[in-house]
Amino acid sequence: MKSLLPFLKPYRKELFIGPLFKWVEAFFELLVPLVVARLIDVGVKNGDASYVWRQGGIMVLLGLVGLCSSLCCQYMASKASQGFGTDLRGAIFRKVMSFSGAELDYFTAPSLVTRLTGDSYQVQQGVAMLIRMAVRAPFLVVGAVVMAMTIDMQLSLVFICVTPVLALIIWFVLFKNVPRYREVNKKLDRVSTITRENLLGARVVRAFSKEEEQERKLEAAAKEHERLSVGIGKLNALLSPLTSAVMNLGIAAIIWFGAGNVDTGSLTQGELIAFVNYMGQILLALIALVNLVLIFIKAAASGRRICEVLDTTPEVDSGRGESAEAADGIPAIEMRGVSMRYGRSGDNALDDISISVPRGETLGVIGGTGSGKSTLAGLIPRMYDVSGGEVLVNGLDVRAWDAEKLRQRIGLVPQSPTILSGTILSNVTLKKPDASEEDIKAAIEISQSADFVYSGENGIMREITAGGRNLSGGQRQRLTIARAIAAKPEILILDDSASALDMRTDKALRRALRERTRGMTVVIISQRVSAVEGADRILVLSGGKCAGYGTHGELMKNCAEYREIVKSQEAGENE
Amino acid sequence: MNNAAGTLKRLLMLVKPQLPKMLLAFLCAAAGVGATLYCPVLAGRAIDAIIAPSQVNYADVKSALLILLPVIAALLVFGVLMSLITNKVCYRVVREMRVSLFAKICGVPIKTIDDIPAGEWMSRMVTDVDNVADGLLQGATQLFSGIVTILMTLVFMLTIDWVIALVVVALTPLSLILAAVIARGSRKMFSKQSLLQGSLGGYAEEMFGAQRVLVSCGAAKMAQDGMDKINGELKTWGFRAQIYASFTNPSTRFVNGLVYAAVAIAGGLSAVSGGMTIGAISCFLSYANQYTKPFNEVTGIMAQLQTAVMSAERIFALMDLQSESPDKALPAQEKGNGEVEFRHVSFRYVPERPMIEDFSLTVRAGMRVAIVGPTGCGKTTLINLLMRFYDVDSGAVLVDGVDIRDMKREELRSRFGMVLQETFLTTGTVAENIAFGRENASMEEIVAAAKAVHADGFIRQMDDGYDTLLLNNGEGLSQGQKQLICIARVMLLQPPMLILDEATSSIDTLTEHRVQRAFEKLMKGRTAFVVAHRLSTIQSSDLILVMRAGKIVESGTHHELLKAGGFYKTLYESQFD
Ligand SMILES: Nc1ncnc2c1ncn2[C@@H]1O[C@H](COP(=O)(O)OP(=O)(O)OP(=O)(O)O)[C@@H](O)[C@H]1O
Ligand SMILES: Nc1ncnc2c1ncn2[C@@H]1O[C@H](COP(=O)(O)OP(=O)(O)OP(=O)(O)O)[C@@H](O)[C@H]1O
Ligand SMILES: [Mg+2]
Ligand SMILES: [Mg+2]
Repeated sequence: MKSLLPFLKPYRKELFIGPLFKWVEAFFELLVPLVVARLIDVGVKNGDASYVWRQGGIMVLLGLVGLCSSLCCQYMASKASQGFGTDLRGAIFRKVMSFSGAELDYFTAPSLVTRLTGDSYQVQQGVAMLIRMAVRAPFLVVGAVVMAMTIDMQLSLVFICVTPVLALIIWFVLFKNVPRYREVNKKLDRVSTITRENLLGARVVRAFSKEEEQERKLEAAAKEHERLSVGIGKLNALLSPLTSAVMNLGIAAIIWFGAGNVDTGSLTQGELIAFVNYMGQILLALIALVNLVLIFIKAAASGRRICEVLDTTPEVDSGRGESAEAADGIPAIEMRGVSMRYGRSGDNALDDISISVPRGETLGVIGGTGSGKSTLAGLIPRMYDVSGGEVLVNGLDVRAWDAEKLRQRIGLVPQSPTILSGTILSNVTLKKPDASEEDIKAAIEISQSADFVYSGENGIMREITAGGRNLSGGQRQRLTIARAIAAKPEILILDDSASALDMRTDKALRRALRERTRGMTVVIISQRVSAVEGADRILVLSGGKCAGYGTHGELMKNCAEYREIVKSQEAGENE
Repeated sequence: MNNAAGTLKRLLMLVKPQLPKMLLAFLCAAAGVGATLYCPVLAGRAIDAIIAPSQVNYADVKSALLILLPVIAALLVFGVLMSLITNKVCYRVVREMRVSLFAKICGVPIKTIDDIPAGEWMSRMVTDVDNVADGLLQGATQLFSGIVTILMTLVFMLTIDWVIALVVVALTPLSLILAAVIARGSRKMFSKQSLLQGSLGGYAEEMFGAQRVLVSCGAAKMAQDGMDKINGELKTWGFRAQIYASFTNPSTRFVNGLVYAAVAIAGGLSAVSGGMTIGAISCFLSYANQYTKPFNEVTGIMAQLQTAVMSAERIFALMDLQSESPDKALPAQEKGNGEVEFRHVSFRYVPERPMIEDFSLTVRAGMRVAIVGPTGCGKTTLINLLMRFYDVDSGAVLVDGVDIRDMKREELRSRFGMVLQETFLTTGTVAENIAFGRENASMEEIVAAAKAVHADGFIRQMDDGYDTLLLNNGEGLSQGQKQLICIARVMLLQPPMLILDEATSSIDTLTEHRVQRAFEKLMKGRTAFVVAHRLSTIQSSDLILVMRAGKIVESGTHHELLKAGGFYKTLYESQFD
């Protein structure tokens, strides 16, 4: 929970002044029963009508002062809580953006969205309530007790007996329910995960006619959520009626003992009424307090979920802020004995890989399914950190690079294309929003996207729906290539980026890349020998290990695995 | 307002099955309120028996207090009961709304799913449903007990002293008017606020989903800017809504203070002229408190109610989306041996852009049909039509001589096993994913399917083998590995017909050959549609269709097409140099 405190800091003023105003209001509210007591004891007893009027006037005045201070407090509360909530959401978003794959997998996207929206809202409500009520309610209680004590010390013992009982009730509910809310939130996450899966995988679900089963799955999750929520509700339901009952018993006790005191003359009837009134006021304040407790329980559970996110240190940090320019004689990409393992257990996804790619040259990477090609690609823009060895870009270890600058210089086209909603243009300029028109046009041409980009009515302004679902698979892939090229990166990495392209488009793409990206260092990952054979050097991966490294000719001579791949493709084609 | 009334009506329909429980809750609320109100009466009666030194009637005090005890018990019991019941009803309705919203997701055409961003569905499902529950159901009971309190106190007060009661009644419109004015003023702010909350959720949903790409593009800052913009707007409108709504409470409380003062003055004056006992004043004063408090609460929940109605409106908007035409009543069709025909089919995704025009094709049973062509020419579209993910605009698709629109969707789809261009894995173990199409498959069958497509090796290397939990669409697997699992899924299914859309695009060629052999075996005697860019994988097809811009430009076997020397030949040859 500590991580939330810094977000309250900018609103110290509001957090202090707001309750102060509330306190003023409560103070005046406490005076009201005294005024009423005087009205009765002096005004009514003496039959003095004008005194009654005067006391009534004072009550109105007290109310007016209360109103003004209350409005001030509400203003402070709104300002602080909205500001706090906004800052918090911004920080959660920023944190998530700094996550590497491992953290993202751990939390899952739908859960992060709920934390950003629902949970932060709960906490924000908590802060507003803190300012509005947290001071007022206890103050009213304590104040009423003190006032009662000034009237009759002995009788106020009743208050002193009642208070611990109430505290115990509240503490018990709190203690029981805070952990349960965490469970409820988890169940809600499950509901959203199932929903999300069925939206993204709608075609598969339907192709396998799994709608009903999925509906059952969701119903089970929703039921579980219902069960836990009702369970929490059971305890919460006790809170308010129990408080009322205890307080009313207190009132009965006061009347009973008060009767004796009035009888002996140590208490007047007006004072007894004031006493009962105070009890009533305490009751109201306590009910408010109880509702407050309910909000706080929720907020606390949510706050903890948010802290989990904020307290996470991403595996990949943002680097040490250095950068290095390309220079002659220094390889653009270099790997020295690189090993990489996902998580703590399991085998290495990459094992002792050493390569060196001079500036402007092309590296081809080929290898079986799961041999570590994408892993290797991800290491260059530091999507993951190596477990051993080092990766250097322009001669500088990527861990020393300012991560953002490093990634700006590298265009990574991931294996599965990700398209955002917007237009074709907004997708192409994602990496470099201020790309010039020529660069955009060139990128579209090189990536062989011109046919579908310029054919439509709106051309480059064509609407794209979320996930690029109104594009074909190959169109999505080409668009992500265009995105990388439009930013004119120093290093371009194509991770199996032609897998959804037909042979002819693939060929045209390769030619365009060769001819129009001079000076760019290119890494081409592919299953097709034809895509890598023209590269200056080829890395053959097998089970994460380097099975061969050299030109096509060299590998044909001394790399059995490479020869096998080449043979498999020739054989297939001549069948 | 009319709109809101309509929404409320629909909400009532939703709660209808719970109506008996709701009524019970209302009864409990009434009983609880009655008990709560009776307490001060008894206290007042007791106080009236305590006048001055040696003027205390202990017997009266005692009898009043003795009645008080069971009343307190009733207050406790009914209060708890009411909370329990509303809670139950509330969460039941929440669950039902989620379930029916989800059923909608499963029931709308794929086009709707493609068009409405996932984030929008998600915020309806999570936030809006919660808002409705909080606002309407808990609000409803509060509103009800508020109204009951007001009415009962009014009656009590009238029985004690109708003049003072009238003073109180005369003053109440003040707080009602005030609340109404504030509620009206804040409506726009609340609608704006909840709209922004929705778009913030939707934005986050999309950006978190694309987080890796954003980071690798160095576009995290841009995403943050977008977020800050929505977030900033939400702050502005959220602040306005909150402040507007939070002024209600102090203002009504002030009015309440006025009422209280008026009662004190009127009561005092009446006592001065000898009309009222002092105990009655005390009792009256606590009534004035009781009477005005619910106004406070009612106005307090106004904001909540407004948010709830708006959320409900948005939920209903999704619920109103057209579902796919019902097909439960359609008769079961006899299973043929797998003839497929496209008869003069025309189809467009968007009206302005023709996609497929007057497309005809007959595929005999057991035939292996390959579809090739440049990207974006409409291959996946054909499959979308065949599987009825989209309906044709004109013409018809026939399977075994039956128009697929006359067939249950489930029946149609169960005849096909398909591997889609995009891989999709659900949350669950590897084994569960392979058995996705056939839950009751035995472990041996699952392993056999995995072995057939050469996935067994890497699956066994994973931490828990077949029991390894896959999250987030198969995170932790390489692209090719995901594809292999999708293929194993179909292998296990052994469907009558097969559709493979770029099923092996991410798999290395050595593995592909093996998978190919497995497919050959599977496809024997089965009608199959294969889309592939690697022409080596389709050369042995019975029929190769070459598509361009939604039309078939050539068709024939591999050799015929090569001989013809058309577009296929160009495609074919482009893989060699
Ligand atoms: N949901 C959609 N809404 C609007 N247009 C779409 C939609 N889906 C596809 N299209 C468009 O229809 C055309 C054909 O798409 P289709 O997916 O059938 O191509 P394809 O032949 O499968 O291509 P690829 O080989 O790239 O997968 C493309 O131009 C695409 O932009
Ligand atoms: N996020 C991850 N967590 C754990 N293991 C992973 C993760 N991503 C990949 N792996 C494992 O690391 C190995 C290498 O994966 P990688 O994605 O680099 O293969 P690849 O060569 O790109 O394969 P493909 O040709 O199928 O794309 C695989 O065995 C895979 O299961
Ligand atoms: Mg890969
Ligand atoms: Mg396609």
